[in-house]
Amino acid sequence: MNRKKVSIDGNQAAAYCAYHLNEVITIYPITPSSPMGELADQWSKENVSNIWGTVPHVTEMQSEAGAAGAVHGSLQTGALTTTFTASQGLLLMLPNMYKIAGELNSTVFHVTARTIATHALSIFCDHSDVMAARSTGFALLASNSVQEAMDFALIAQAATLESRIPFLHFFDGFRTSHEISKIEELTVTDLRAMIDETLVRQHRERALSPDHPFIRGTSQNPDVFFQARETANPYYAACPSIVQKIMDKFAGIAGRQYSLFQYTGAPDADRIIVLIGSGAQTVQETVEHLNRHGEKVGVLKVRLYRPFSLEHFIAAIPKTVTNITVLDRTKEPGSQGEPLYLDVVAAINEAHDKGISHFSQPPRITGGRYGLSSKEFYPPMVKAIFDNMDKNINHFTVGIKDDVTYNSLDYDESFSIEPEDRTRAIFYGLGADGTVSANKNSIKIIGEGTDNYAQGYFVYDSHKAGSLTISHLRFGPAPIDAPYLITQANFVACHQFEFVERLDILKVAQHNAPFLLNSPYPEEQVWDHLPRTAQEHIINKNLRFFVIDAYKIARDIGLDVRINTIMQTCFFALSKVIPIENAISTIKHSIEKSYGKRGDVIVKMNFQAVDEALNNLHEVKVPGKATSSFDFRPVVPDNAPEFVQIVTAKLLTYEGDDLPVSAFAPDGTFPSGTTKYEKRNIAKEIPAWDTNTCIQCGKCSLVCPHAVIRAKVYDPAILEHAPDTFKSTPARMRPFQDKLFTLQVSPEDCTGCTLCVVVCPAKNQQEPRLKAINMVPQAPIREQEVKNWEFFSQIPEIDRSKLNLSLARDIQFLQPLFEFSAACAGCGETPYLKLLSQLFGERIYIANATGCSSIYGGNLPTTPWTTNREGKGPAWSNSLFEDNAEFGFGMKQGLNKQIEYAKELLQGMSEAIGNDLVEALLNAEQNSESDIDQQRERIKTLKEKLAMLDDDNAKMLLSIADLLARKNVWIVGGDGWAYDIGYGGLDHVLALGANINILVLDTEIYSNTGGQMSKATPRGAVAKFAAAGKKTAKKDLAMLAMVYGNVYVARIAMGADDAQSIKAFREAQAYDGPSIIVAYSHCIGQGYNLAYGMQQQKAAVLSGYWPLIRYNPALVKEGKSPLQLDSKPASIPLEDYIYNETRYSILVHSNPEEAKLLLARAKEDVAKRWKLYEHWAKLPV
Amino acid sequence: MVDLSTEYMGLKLKNPLVASSSPLSQDMENLRRMEESGIAAVVMYSLFEEQITAESKELNRYLVQGTESFAESLTYLPDFGNYKIGPDDYLKHIENAKKLIGIPVIGSLNGVSTGGWTRYAKLIEEAGADALELNTYYLSTSTDITSGQIEKIYIDLVKNIRNSISIPIAVKLSPFFSSIPNMAFQLIEAGANALVLFNRFYQPDLDIEAEKVVPNLVLSTSEELRMRLRWVAILEDRIKTDMAITGGVHTVDDVVKSIMAGAKVAMMTSALLKNGISHITLLIEGLTRWLEEHHRRSVRHLQGVMSQRSVADPAAFERANYMKTLASYKEI
Repeated sequence: MNRKKVSIDGNQAAAYCAYHLNEVITIYPITPSSPMGELADQWSKENVSNIWGTVPHVTEMQSEAGAAGAVHGSLQTGALTTTFTASQGLLLMLPNMYKIAGELNSTVFHVTARTIATHALSIFCDHSDVMAARSTGFALLASNSVQEAMDFALIAQAATLESRIPFLHFFDGFRTSHEISKIEELTVTDLRAMIDETLVRQHRERALSPDHPFIRGTSQNPDVFFQARETANPYYAACPSIVQKIMDKFAGIAGRQYSLFQYTGAPDADRIIVLIGSGAQTVQETVEHLNRHGEKVGVLKVRLYRPFSLEHFIAAIPKTVTNITVLDRTKEPGSQGEPLYLDVVAAINEAHDKGISHFSQPPRITGGRYGLSSKEFYPPMVKAIFDNMDKNINHFTVGIKDDVTYNSLDYDESFSIEPEDRTRAIFYGLGADGTVSANKNSIKIIGEGTDNYAQGYFVYDSHKAGSLTISHLRFGPAPIDAPYLITQANFVACHQFEFVERLDILKVAQHNAPFLLNSPYPEEQVWDHLPRTAQEHIINKNLRFFVIDAYKIARDIGLDVRINTIMQTCFFALSKVIPIENAISTIKHSIEKSYGKRGDVIVKMNFQAVDEALNNLHEVKVPGKATSSFDFRPVVPDNAPEFVQIVTAKLLTYEGDDLPVSAFAPDGTFPSGTTKYEKRNIAKEIPAWDTNTCIQCGKCSLVCPHAVIRAKVYDPAILEHAPDTFKSTPARMRPFQDKLFTLQVSPEDCTGCTLCVVVCPAKNQQEPRLKAINMVPQAPIREQEVKNWEFFSQIPEIDRSKLNLSLARDIQFLQPLFEFSAACAGCGETPYLKLLSQLFGERIYIANATGCSSIYGGNLPTTPWTTNREGKGPAWSNSLFEDNAEFGFGMKQGLNKQIEYAKELLQGMSEAIGNDLVEALLNAEQNSESDIDQQRERIKTLKEKLAMLDDDNAKMLLSIADLLARKNVWIVGGDGWAYDIGYGGLDHVLALGANINILVLDTEIYSNTGGQMSKATPRGAVAKFAAAGKKTAKKDLAMLAMVYGNVYVARIAMGADDAQSIKAFREAQAYDGPSIIVAYSHCIGQGYNLAYGMQQQKAAVLSGYWPLIRYNPALVKEGKSPLQLDSKPASIPLEDYIYNETRYSILVHSNPEEAKLLLARAKEDVAKRWKLYEHWAKLPV
Repeated sequence: MVDLSTEYMGLKLKNPLVASSSPLSQDMENLRRMEESGIAAVVMYSLFEEQITAESKELNRYLVQGTESFAESLTYLPDFGNYKIGPDDYLKHIENAKKLIGIPVIGSLNGVSTGGWTRYAKLIEEAGADALELNTYYLSTSTDITSGQIEKIYIDLVKNIRNSISIPIAVKLSPFFSSIPNMAFQLIEAGANALVLFNRFYQPDLDIEAEKVVPNLVLSTSEELRMRLRWVAILEDRIKTDMAITGGVHTVDDVVKSIMAGAKVAMMTSALLKNGISHITLLIEGLTRWLEEHHRRSVRHLQGVMSQRSVADPAAFERANYMKTLASYKEI
């Protein structure tokens, strides 16, 4: 059969079969498995049928635990049910997996294998999650490539129905889940042929039913549990043969033969590697190369890891083998070895004992770890592993340099096995410029339009704004089994000129490769702007050098910063993968297909981009020698701390792989405040201050998401050493009228979001279009403003006691202890965090739920939570997604207990320390900042006294004395945590009545994982899993908290009323009990220009959608209503607010009738809620 | 019994009252009620090419915003298979209107690009519109573009569309041409079957507190009719084509004046927004009564009786008229 060839990723491949073979799908988003659920949801909304002609139901649950519970329940009714997950999600599913397996329910869980968070979270691949599930009773079936992800999704479904063992089908996160590859798509006929309808009926017959009732899920006692648990043995014993039988049947249908343990290599091999996952493809490719060069080696791919079939395993290994190395992509600290290694050791021994071993001598077995958190695993490492079999170093690591326990293998990086007829192209792009989209499109064009095979893999950095993307594309006449990054490219493109200025991007270029550069400089000038190293690469490697000013073309056409089509056309013109004339027509056809539904004008602009690209691509005449006297810019400033110089700098140049084990703390700790050393320079324009127009209101500084606009008041004498261009003006505030005021922008940290300019209320009297801050090009003023910023940074901070902290005007003078984060440009969350840090940063602990705020708050290479001049600052940590309220509560409990103990110790030592000091320490009020400062002084004295005492209690007290100065816990997270996965914990912590503070950054979607619906998503908004518009109203978290009566609650929106926001933070902190603030946070996922984020916040309040409230139980004592309404009833129609955002307007375009209906109901929601609040506020106290 | 019927660019109408292009026609129920109230034809709300373009660009921009940048969030919004961006909704609306009501349905188009004008014109014709009104508006802010160049844009536009479609074409004119008669002549030469005088351009206002330019929608009054009456009266003899008056038609007297000046039809929107759709019935009854009281047999007999050609003092429509007005104002 001639099946369709498609270029898709592993997620889509697996989801295709999972969707077509099931009726119920319950999921929860988690990287990197989220796209499987999203695709299933989209297909369901598009009424795509499964193989039985019915459309599956797809439901997003509140957590993976919920998804697994729903799967379990659905299975009890006999419905064919599946789910998708990874990592922490899989861990949350474990309890149900034991149940599902214990009851022999047929189901398949499709898992993108991902690292489990330990010393750090990682979204990347290893098998630690899957290995944690190996005792659940699920069968574990691994696919190693995109094609296999599709094939095994089908095989697993067929096998679970026949064996009754539930299957965990897994493939490597990102490497397989996100790799795009040309594969053969199975047909619905194939799927039907593989699924035995009788087994489906039998599955249904095992369901619970009141028509023929029985119970399942009993509680058992010591008398029978054990025996009953052993009843499943025959099913597990039969499972491997069933899987092999199904694999054989599949081979008959699709032509691809798989086996439980698939051996490839020399039939008389002496050395083999045993492993699971995509790395096996790399080993296979290397084995074939080595055997062609006279070696006798092989690879055993473990496909069905559980149930482990000893017989099949032994039979698959050539009897000539003398050395086996088992590779595990996981780490089990303290164990005798990693799981697969131990299984292989046991299997070889047991085979020998049973007499089924065919080896003349038992092979020597070594084990090693590789590829944790997607660490590259490529042919040089495979070669090193085979070489190691002569040395027999056991329990090694490969891919890192371990200079602590010296377990790592060295390897020769220059060892390459890639065929010469394969195009290997690397593209350096910016997230916003469309490079990845263009490359995905090129893969489709080549993969589906020619006989060539195609593969694409994309590397993204850790920044949400201005991120670097690196695309690795391979094309060639032979199948491509190379699941690793390109190290020697025969085509290099750099879509952003600044990358060539700071990164050694041509290091990977092969001799004679074309080098395409998007350059603002024409072909005759560009050479002089290249760093010397880049020039030397071009000359020494004889690269053909081409330039195009893609940004100019894009701007002229109206494509703004999207240069994807232009650069894609240049790639086809230069790489000659297919004849250019064919490529042009194919690109245009593809443009019509991709953009046609969004309107003709988009198609036309892109057509124009194709034509203009060809007209403006020029070859540079390369001089005979390097001429530049400059090279790459310094990565971090000379004055950066040693750790930053040695470690952080490496991460910033994408050379973190070179760092040895000794570079890192063994417990995951990192220094605070390192973003200030990463000068990203991503803004083309930055704000410039107009001293005459400024009214010094502080609003720009307050809303700046990246803390790059700061204000100071200072003595005029300070200006003596100021740079010439440093601006200042007399301070307008009464307490500072003898001082000067400066508003300074950090030019290299600004993202150019313009939120500050939009929010500025001052207008230039001569030209009302101008404000007190206006965007100007960054490049011409960069150097001068760097100097000004440095000078500004040295100006002393103002005495906080002189400020009125309820005013935005005064808040601007507080040093932010959260700065320069890698959040999206214009982020709506970070202004709140910055405010929190300004108000209380020097004395707070922050428990941060996993999500956007934990990523821009704690993702390497640099982190934004920082310290003041005294070295004090927020103590920040992230535990998990689901447990954050509990994590923060634990912090509070831990502190409380130690404070109590410190006080007990103090009381017992009053004689040695002095009664007055002890009493003062014990009875300090600590309500104001000056109270706390005084207490710190007392603690200082106490510590001096304690240091002189040779007493165990004194030493103990010394270790916890600092806690006697007030500390507060803030529990921070997004709506995904607070409304969904962590709601149970949050509710419980509120109910406990402890003095903790909770800040919910409500973006109304799962922002970090790409915009999935949460219970905070409003009615009528479109989100993933609410593609047809959310049908139900947003959960009123504030009201739920108010119901407790003893919880301080505020709903705030800084853009609508900054004074109310500030008040809420201060009241929450002051309230002696639990407090929760729900903060409106505009977000890129809502689909509009975030420069208008604060205006949208205002519109949300004016429309009545987001009523500003404060519920302060402390007011009851004063005889006042605890509920205060801080905003007025709706004064603008709801549509004037919501239709500024694509998440709402997209429904008008796709389903206008539904949009109308949901709008009407959303208006009812607004009216009803206001009425209820009004009523509540008037209730007698 | 008086005869109210008239003919406008080949369309036989039962009376001279036509609903001009407005959001009222977006609602099928309004269309049904207008027909029921006696309106003779409806000009549909305008299809704005500029709006289609803007919506497309906006949708495209925000669907790609922030995508393919960060490994965990490669997209943010679900991308549907199909969007109702473009003329499809408008065309469907015309089709449905034709099915619902028996009176002529005139499409209305506001284009930007040459390709857009002709393509959408064809589609409106294919959707079943009985005629097409071109809602033209080119506001030049350049000191380099001459009035002649602008006029050529209009002329070429009408020529292009005339070559593309066969249904009658009306051009809704701006009053801001240096020589309206010449412009009118050229448009007819280019293929226009009727002229609609004049487009009411909504002029933005200035918010002096916020120091912002703000949109300002003001409904017309009968005061605005006079400029139309004057130009229809002047053109009636000079150009041999049908004319419609739009802008300022509110009362029976306004309708009568429009017809007497030479218009084949009187179009209205503000009057219906202010008074409701049932106002049409009152106007028809009033017009009938007026004709009866003034012993006029038909609307056709009334058409042009007070055009510049017909009145006793033709100069009254010209500059002297302006002088007199000013003088009379001073006298008060």
